[in-house]
Amino acid sequence: MTGATPLLELVDVRAGYAVPVVGPVSFAVAPGEVLGLKGVNGVGKTTLLKLLAGEARLFGGSIRRLPGLTVSHHRQRPERPPELPMTGLEVLRIAAVPTGNLPPRMAALVGRCLDEMSGGEFQLLQAWACLMGPARLVLLDEPTNNLDQEAIDLLLAQLETRPADRGVLVVSHDTTFLEASCDRIVPICP
Amino acid sequence: MSLTLAWDPLFRVPLATGLLLAAGLPLLGACLRMREQWLAGLGSAQLAAAGGVIGVLLHGPILLFALFGALLGGVARALTRRARNEHYAVMLLGGWATVMLLAQYGHDANMTAVHLLNGQLYFTSVPHLAGAVLLLAALLVSGHWLARRLLTSRLFPGHFAANRQPAWPHELWLEALLVGGVVLGISTMGVMATFAMLFIPPWVAFRLVRGWMRALVCSAILGVAACLAGFVAALALDLPFGPALVAALLLTVPLRLVRYRIGSIA
Repeated sequence: MTGATPLLELVDVRAGYAVPVVGPVSFAVAPGEVLGLKGVNGVGKTTLLKLLAGEARLFGGSIRRLPGLTVSHHRQRPERPPELPMTGLEVLRIAAVPTGNLPPRMAALVGRCLDEMSGGEFQLLQAWACLMGPARLVLLDEPTNNLDQEAIDLLLAQLETRPADRGVLVVSHDTTFLEASCDRIVPICP
Repeated sequence: MSLTLAWDPLFRVPLATGLLLAAGLPLLGACLRMREQWLAGLGSAQLAAAGGVIGVLLHGPILLFALFGALLGGVARALTRRARNEHYAVMLLGGWATVMLLAQYGHDANMTAVHLLNGQLYFTSVPHLAGAVLLLAALLVSGHWLARRLLTSRLFPGHFAANRQPAWPHELWLEALLVGGVVLGISTMGVMATFAMLFIPPWVAFRLVRGWMRALVCSAILGVAACLAGFVAALALDLPFGPALVAALLLTVPLRLVRYRIGSIA
């Protein structure tokens, strides 16, 4: 971790919905850092990301966000409307993602409508939209679900070349992906 | 009635009002469909009709009471947080039952119920036309801002909460446009024709084209074409306008079966 002011700092955080399901947990994400959260199924990794996205409840501890921090959140199960005539290109534009010089895999994807994409293609598009948008903190929840190796490599390449002021918080059950993408990995214990 | 009446000055205001609403309501319907809330159109329309009939019984202004009825739907939507089509089904059934039951309590209430359910486009006046102009203008002026925020909410549901930005401005504005459109719609075209305008053109367009903007344009074109066809057919064959419009809209449904989708993949 660098000495820069963290984008986000959690201290002894306990989070959940009706009742706490995870914590106490402490970690910080610095600009330029990719931090991974690992733990067994149901330990509350997704709940922590939802807490940061304003969708879960804080039961204890504190969260400090850099003032004006912008956040993008890739959900474990991205919202996929059943019939929406939006193309991949329009989705990227909505997410304020630059659409020039897209890699061939993405360029082949963006002309199609969302209902013409496979589950893996839609997952890749969503992860790309979150990762390549202007947000300074990117929350990625199981970004490799349904992805083939080529798509995973594409995400890894983008994580490696991320802007220096952007922090990424990754939750994944894919240990290989976590080890390849993260600067640090924090275990979440039951 | 003769077909030449379509160009009679008497029918210019109704025709213009119908065409403006036929362009605007499908745009609103596209927003509802995108949010999987397409039944909201009929739920709100029935509640607005119920409000109108209550207005007659209380000797109040029909349009104002219809507005309150539609607003009640908006409040119910807000209270249930993420409204689903099941909520709108309850709204439409409640609205329909209210209209039909209250219509029994007097001749005027009965007449109003019939007019609101079946439509009375030929009796529309300049205030209706002005309302339709305002609705379309509001949609066109705010459309880019509104669509961007609605689409962001749809595709990235936690975006506004995660960035500590309020979502209520676009939610409220969509509700206001829907209430305005539905009240204008039921007081001119009738309940079912208003719902058909909100539902059918976007449903067809979403399958027929690639691209959000293309879908909006296609929805509006289908709505306007069906309105013209319904208007002319109603005059030529001496039919009520509402059902003629719905029939014209239904004729566009087979377009969903076309295998070619407009808009290139490349």
